[in-house]
Amino acid sequence: MAQKVKINLTVNGKAYQREVEPRLLLSDFIRHDLGLTGTHVGCEHGLCGACTVLVDGEAVRSCILFAVQVDGSEVRTVESLGTPDNLHPLQQAFIEKHALQCGFCTPGFLMTIVEYLGKNPNPSDEEIREAIDGNFCRCTGYVNIVEAVRLAAQKMASH
Amino acid sequence: MAGKFVHQSIKRNEDPDLITGKVQFLDDIELPGMLHAAFKRADYAHARILNIDVSEARKLPGVIAVYTAADFGDYIKPGPLQVPPPTAIKGATYTARTTLPIAVDKVRFSGEPVAVVIAESRYIAEDACDLIFVDYDPLDAVVDLEKAAQPGAPLVHDDTGSNLAGHVFQERGSWEQAVKESDLVVKRRFFINRVAGAAMENRGIVVKWDALAKEMTIWCGTQSPIALRNQTAARLGLFESQVRVISPNTGGGFGPKINTSMPDDVLLTYLAIKLERPIKWYEDRRENFLATTSERDQVHYCEIALKKDGTVLGFKDYFFHNSGAYNPYMMTIPLNTQTHTVSNYRIPHFQTEFNLVFTNQMIATPVRGAGRPFGTFVIERMLDAAAKELGMDKVEIRRKNLLKSTEYPAYTGIIGQDFVEGVLDSGDYPTALEKTVEMIGYDQFRKEIQPRLRAEGKYVGIGVACFTEGTAVGPYEGAKITVGGNGKVVVSTGISSQGQGHYTSFAQIVADQLAVDVKDVKVITGDTGFFGWGAGTFASRGITVAGTAIYLAAQKVHDKALKLASKILEAPVEELELVDGVVRVADVPAKFISLGDLAMRANPQRGVMEPGAEPGLEAIAYYGPPYGATGAGAMAMIVEVDAQTMKVKVDQLAMVHDCGTPVNPMIVEGQVHGGIQMGIGDAFYEELVYDETGQLVTASFMDYLFPQASDMPAKIELGHLETPSPLNPLGLKGVGEAGAIPTPAVFAQAVEDALKDSGVEFTQDTLSPSRIFTFVQKAKGG
Repeated sequence: MAQKVKINLTVNGKAYQREVEPRLLLSDFIRHDLGLTGTHVGCEHGLCGACTVLVDGEAVRSCILFAVQVDGSEVRTVESLGTPDNLHPLQQAFIEKHALQCGFCTPGFLMTIVEYLGKNPNPSDEEIREAIDGNFCRCTGYVNIVEAVRLAAQKMASH
Repeated sequence: MAGKFVHQSIKRNEDPDLITGKVQFLDDIELPGMLHAAFKRADYAHARILNIDVSEARKLPGVIAVYTAADFGDYIKPGPLQVPPPTAIKGATYTARTTLPIAVDKVRFSGEPVAVVIAESRYIAEDACDLIFVDYDPLDAVVDLEKAAQPGAPLVHDDTGSNLAGHVFQERGSWEQAVKESDLVVKRRFFINRVAGAAMENRGIVVKWDALAKEMTIWCGTQSPIALRNQTAARLGLFESQVRVISPNTGGGFGPKINTSMPDDVLLTYLAIKLERPIKWYEDRRENFLATTSERDQVHYCEIALKKDGTVLGFKDYFFHNSGAYNPYMMTIPLNTQTHTVSNYRIPHFQTEFNLVFTNQMIATPVRGAGRPFGTFVIERMLDAAAKELGMDKVEIRRKNLLKSTEYPAYTGIIGQDFVEGVLDSGDYPTALEKTVEMIGYDQFRKEIQPRLRAEGKYVGIGVACFTEGTAVGPYEGAKITVGGNGKVVVSTGISSQGQGHYTSFAQIVADQLAVDVKDVKVITGDTGFFGWGAGTFASRGITVAGTAIYLAAQKVHDKALKLASKILEAPVEELELVDGVVRVADVPAKFISLGDLAMRANPQRGVMEPGAEPGLEAIAYYGPPYGATGAGAMAMIVEVDAQTMKVKVDQLAMVHDCGTPVNPMIVEGQVHGGIQMGIGDAFYEELVYDETGQLVTASFMDYLFPQASDMPAKIELGHLETPSPLNPLGLKGVGEAGAIPTPAVFAQAVEDALKDSGVEFTQDTLSPSRIFTFVQKAKGG
C-alpha cells in the first residue's frame, strides 16, 4: 500500500480531514470517500466534463486532479446548489427548459455554468455555446441547455 | 388523442432529484464488503494465446483472485443469441458465433477480455492487470469488410470456412422488369460508417449473492433487464425468481446497453457466488470504445432505374454489413437497413441483398438509428445522383415519388427486424416534405440567397431528404397498475429507462385514465422484482408498446374502481364518473368515494369474497402490435463551407416529424434534438477508425470527436405532424431515433450543393473537413 497523505479541505462548506493515497483522484475522493455522488465520472481523461466541480471558485475536472492537489482548498459540488424542494435558479431553468434527459452529465454542466454566469451574467447565445463547449451531453443536442442558461441568467439577475 | 395530461408538455417528475444529484447511478452503489473487478484486455485484434502468466498479479496485496478462461472450466461457452435467427425470411442463411465471455485460445478483437481481476479496490484491480503477462502469436487481422468476405481471407472463426456470417435476399416485384421499363439506370457504390453509442455513463454492473436466501441481485443499467435476469438464471441453474435485476438511474443507453451475456455479467455473477461477496465493475471510457458494442461500416452497391420524368421504377441494393468478431445480435441492423431503403417512396420493384461478415473488430449491435440511417443514406444519395443525371430539382424528384397520404396501409413486401412484413400503417409524407421545404425557405434560398452569396464568394448549400422510422415493434410489453390506500398510483413495467422521461410520459397516460395528478403516479421501470415480463427498451418502442400496455391496464383499474364503487354507492356503473381521484355519482357529486378508500375496500381482511373477484385496485395488461408503427418526416439543412479549410457550419436546420400522438410534446422535441445531434456527429466526424492491424485508433474522446454545443446548428426549427397510428388506442408511434436517421443524407447533399462548382459527389458519410477536401480534389482530377 502506498503511503497515505493527510489533507485538509472544505467541501460544500464542511471541513474534512482525511488521509488519502497520493494517486487518489479528486473525483473518486468526492464520490467514494465523501459519498457525494452527485458528481459523475464519464471519461476519466478530462474531456467530457461530467465530473466538473469548483475548486476555490474555479470550474475544474475532478477526474484529472488528485485529491492531494486540493489540500487547503475549498471545493463545491452540485450538492451545494439546491435541494429538490429548494432549487437553485439554474436548476429551475434546466427543468423548465427540459435541458436534461438522463441527467448524468447535468451536474458537470451546472458547475461549469454557475462559475461562468458569475463572471459573465448576461451572455449571448454564442458565448453560452462557447462556455459549455467543454461539457458533453449525448441526450439533449444542447439546444435546450443553451435556452436554460439564458433563462437562468435572467432569473439570477432578478434575484 | 389529447387528454387532460396526454399531449401536454408537462415538466418531468424525475427532474428535481436528477438535477440535484439525489439519485443513484450504477457507480454510486456501495455495498458492505464489495469487491471490484477489472479486465485484462487483448492488445491484438487477432492472435493465438500461447500463455497467460497471472502469478505476479495474484501476489499483489489487495488482489483477491485472478481468473483466465481455464479457471472457469465448462462455464465458458458462447452466449445465447440475443435475437431470434431469421428463419421467417425465405432462403436466409446464417452462421451464429455468439459472444465468448473471455477469450479461449485465441483473441478475435482488440479489447477482448483475456483475464479478470477481483480486488479490494478498483485501483488495485487495474494495477494487477498490468502484472498479467500474455504471450501471443499474432495472426493476420481481418479488417476490411469486402476483403474479409473474399475466399481465402484469414478466418475470424477457424471452423466456419469463410467469414460470411449470414445472407439475406429479398425482392418485391422484379428488378429486371424495372430495368426493362426504365429510361435510365444509375449506379453507385457507397461506404457508410456509423457511430459508437457513447452514452455519457459507461456500462457497469454490481452483483450481490445472498448465500442464505439463495438470491441474487444485479444492478445494471441495462436496456433489457428481463433478458439479463433470464439468461443469468439459465446459466447458473437458478429459477428466474432467484434473480432480481434492478436497472438504477442510467446515463443514456442508445443501443449498446441492450446486450446481455457480455463478459461482465457472465463472469461476475459466477464469481459473486463463488467468492460470496458483492462485486462491482464500472467500465472506463477506453473499454467502452474498445469492447462494448457499436455500429460499424456497410458497403453498398446500388442501382436505381427511372423514367425520364424522374419516376422511380426500381431499386437494387447489394451490400455488406460488418458484424465484428461475433454476431449475437444476428441481422437486426442490416434488416433495418433493408426496410428503410425503400419505404416512403413508391418504388414497385425493389431487390435487396446483404452479406453479414465477421471481422476482427468489436461486436456490432444497434446504436440509435440502428441500420435505418444506412438505408436512408443510400436511397437519398441515389435520388440525388438520379436528379443530377436528369437535371431535375432535388425536391421535385422526391415529391414525385413519395407515397400519398391516401396510400396506407402500404405493404412493403420486405421482412424486417421483427420478422413480419413491413407495413406503413399511416402517415402523410408529402405534407411533411412540403412543410419542411417551406420552413427552410427552399425556393428563396435557391433563387435568391444562394446565387447572391455565391457571387460574394461564399459556398452555401441546401439539402432536403425524407425518412421513415420503423418503431414500436413487438413482441409485447406489459404493465401492472396498483392504486394505493393513499389514493396514489404505482405503475410498473418491464422496460427500463435511460433518460427518456418515462417517469412522466407513462404517468401522463395513467393520470388521464384514473383522474389523478401526474405527480401522484409513481412509475417503476426496469426492476424485475416488480414486473418480470417484457422485451426491453429498443427500436423506439417504449412509449408505444409499454405505453399502450399501461393505458390498457389503467382502463382495467378504472373499470374495477367503478364496479366496486357501484356497490358501495348503490348506483349503477353507468351513472358513475371518476373525477379528481374520486368515484362519484355524476348527478349527485356529494355521493362519492375516493380511490384510496376504494383500494382499501378492495382488500377485505375478514368476511367472504365473491367468487371470481380479484382483490385490490390493481390490474395487469399486455400489448403486442401485429407490426410496428412507422413514424416519418423530412429534414432540410443549410450549410456554409469554408472553401479553404472545408470546415462546414450548419446555419439552419428544419425538420418535420410525425410520431402520431405526442404524449409529451416537450419530451418528444428533446428526443428529436438528441437524435439530430447524433446524426450530426455521424454525418460529420464521429468515426471508429480501425487500422490495418485491427487496432481502434479512436479509443478516447481526444480522437473520437464527440459533437459539442458549438457543432450544433445555430438554429433548429421543428415542425410537427400528427397522423395517429391506427394500431393502438392513443395513436402512438415512436420517435427516439428520428433525428439521427436523415441527418447524414441531408448533410452530404447540402455540402455537395455548396461545392457544386467542383462537381464533387459524396459516396460516403462522415464528411470531416479533410475527407471533403480529398473528395473535392478527386472531383477536380487532383
